[in-house]
Amino acid sequence: MSNQVIHALYDDDDTLLSAVKEVRAEKHHIEEIYTPFPVHGLDKAMGLEETRIAIMAFIYGCIGFSVAIIMINFIMITDWPQNIGGKPSFTFLENLPAFVPVIFEMTVFFAAHLMVITFYLRSRLWPFKEAENPNPLTTDDKFLMEISMDGNEEQLTALLKKTGAIEITIPENTEEK
Amino acid sequence: MYTFSNKLRNLAFALMVVGFAGLVYGFLAAPKTVEEAKAMVATAHHGDEHGATADEHASTTAHASEEHAEEAHASETHAEETHGEEHDASHDEHLLHQLQNKPWAALYVAAFFFFMIALGVLAFYAIQRAAQAGWSPVLYRVMEGITGYLLPGGIIVIVILALSGLHFNHLFIWMDPEVVAHDKLIAGKVAFLNVPFFLARAVFFLAGWTLYRFISRKYSLAQDEASDISNHVKNFRWSAGFLVFYIVTESIMSWDWIMSIDPHWFSTLFGWYVFASMMVTGVTVIALITIYLKSKGFLDFVNDSHIHDLGKFMFGFSIFWTYLWFSQFMLIWYSNIPEEVTYFITRIEDYNITFFGMVVMNFLFPLLILMNSDYKRTNYFIIMAGIVIVLGHYLDIFNMIMPSAVGDQWFIGIPEIGGFLFFLGLFLFVVFTELTKAPLLAKGDPYMGESERFHY
Repeated sequence: MSNQVIHALYDDDDTLLSAVKEVRAEKHHIEEIYTPFPVHGLDKAMGLEETRIAIMAFIYGCIGFSVAIIMINFIMITDWPQNIGGKPSFTFLENLPAFVPVIFEMTVFFAAHLMVITFYLRSRLWPFKEAENPNPLTTDDKFLMEISMDGNEEQLTALLKKTGAIEITIPENTEEK
Repeated sequence: MYTFSNKLRNLAFALMVVGFAGLVYGFLAAPKTVEEAKAMVATAHHGDEHGATADEHASTTAHASEEHAEEAHASETHAEETHGEEHDASHDEHLLHQLQNKPWAALYVAAFFFFMIALGVLAFYAIQRAAQAGWSPVLYRVMEGITGYLLPGGIIVIVILALSGLHFNHLFIWMDPEVVAHDKLIAGKVAFLNVPFFLARAVFFLAGWTLYRFISRKYSLAQDEASDISNHVKNFRWSAGFLVFYIVTESIMSWDWIMSIDPHWFSTLFGWYVFASMMVTGVTVIALITIYLKSKGFLDFVNDSHIHDLGKFMFGFSIFWTYLWFSQFMLIWYSNIPEEVTYFITRIEDYNITFFGMVVMNFLFPLLILMNSDYKRTNYFIIMAGIVIVLGHYLDIFNMIMPSAVGDQWFIGIPEIGGFLFFLGLFLFVVFTELTKAPLLAKGDPYMGESERFHY
């Protein structure tokens, strides 16, 4: 299998969406699409798998919930019981109403932060990472579709032209970079 | 056009008949004299426990069982001072009043609950109009059908309030001049809490809500055949104005009709709390009726995404309700001020199962069931969660009204279930009759195309 790809540049998200459908209907494999903003319905048009981040969010929330209970129980009951507002902290349950906001915040904190970190790692983004997008225009107002090519350059170019691409390029082999 | 099926009409009538019989039984079974009341409690508690029960009563009467509630006790002994010299006799009298209140409270809780659904849907509808929402116009006629219950339901509630004002029952103790005379706290509120002003406010609120409902419905129907969108624009303006009127009047309504049953106690977020309850019940009822109509082959333009959005609102408002429930509880629990905390002490001691049971029904259950995105698109889950939410919020209203009306003499028995069934039947009858009056698709709405194509 050749590593060669072809890049098609679009200047409108609706054109892009219909192009994606046509290219997929012709059984070409879309490697990646670079867009300046999230395009609604693009994931479905590309046939991407459903995200599993919701499941992770629930699990992270449960972790945060448990950590919060263990933490607040240690701080307020086991280690250093305090009398706040006439509520002596003898048992966890008796003081539960005071702990609910803490438990809630910790649940949200864990779910949100771990979810963001998971998303970045899953998208292969980390500090000092070099940008992968092949054309800086995709950070401005253009959309770029990357399609794997298998010696069918002319046919693909014709198809992409027909779908409304404003520019079609075949980049140098990526190994050289 | 929707036609009211005979099966459903018969069901509505059957519910009304059964419910009415339950209510009548409740009124007939209520004790007429102190002796009857004592006998009823004695048999209910198997005689020998009577002493203990009586002690319990004494504490409930004072609305507090804590020693530190002494001050509150002094100001709250209105019932005793008014109704007798000797404590025991006054206590028995109080018991009689609680038992006599029982069928009235059962009637009032159910009447208010179903009225609240119509009012909540009206507010939700006005929000959709004022926000010019693009997803919901396919549901406008369902919402308009539900708000059809606003006027009849509101009139019933106001009639019950007026009967209280005429001393047919003792739901609102501040309506009794004898009580006010011996109660400094209530006496200080007489400028606001007096029967004529109270009823005038109630009529004014209902008139305002009904007026908006009438105007909005008129423009909505006119828009169907119109060639321009002027009706839509007028509807938008009226809806925005109504929302301002609504949030003020709804808040005062909740103080008047619910909080004043406990005239010594107050909570500054009570209006929001009742609002959250009526919103979540209203949205749930929209979803239930939409799914019912869809299953009968109407509303084929409503798709999974609309149900999904209603499910999100059910989920979101359930959490919003819990947030307010907990905020109200935690601040009062923490500060532990006697006149405030008695409210929760009676609920936790005498109403433990309904008080915490409703949190499970209104929060835990919808949270876990409706969290999954796919479940919100599945009719079965929406119906199941919806029925639990509706019953849970009935219990919420029950918990707001019963503790002050009947004390620890509560029971979800024939009058309570009868009241619920009667108003359920009436609600179904009025709402589905209203649905037959106009096409189920508000086809002239400028956002209808967007709403029909709506997908997630």
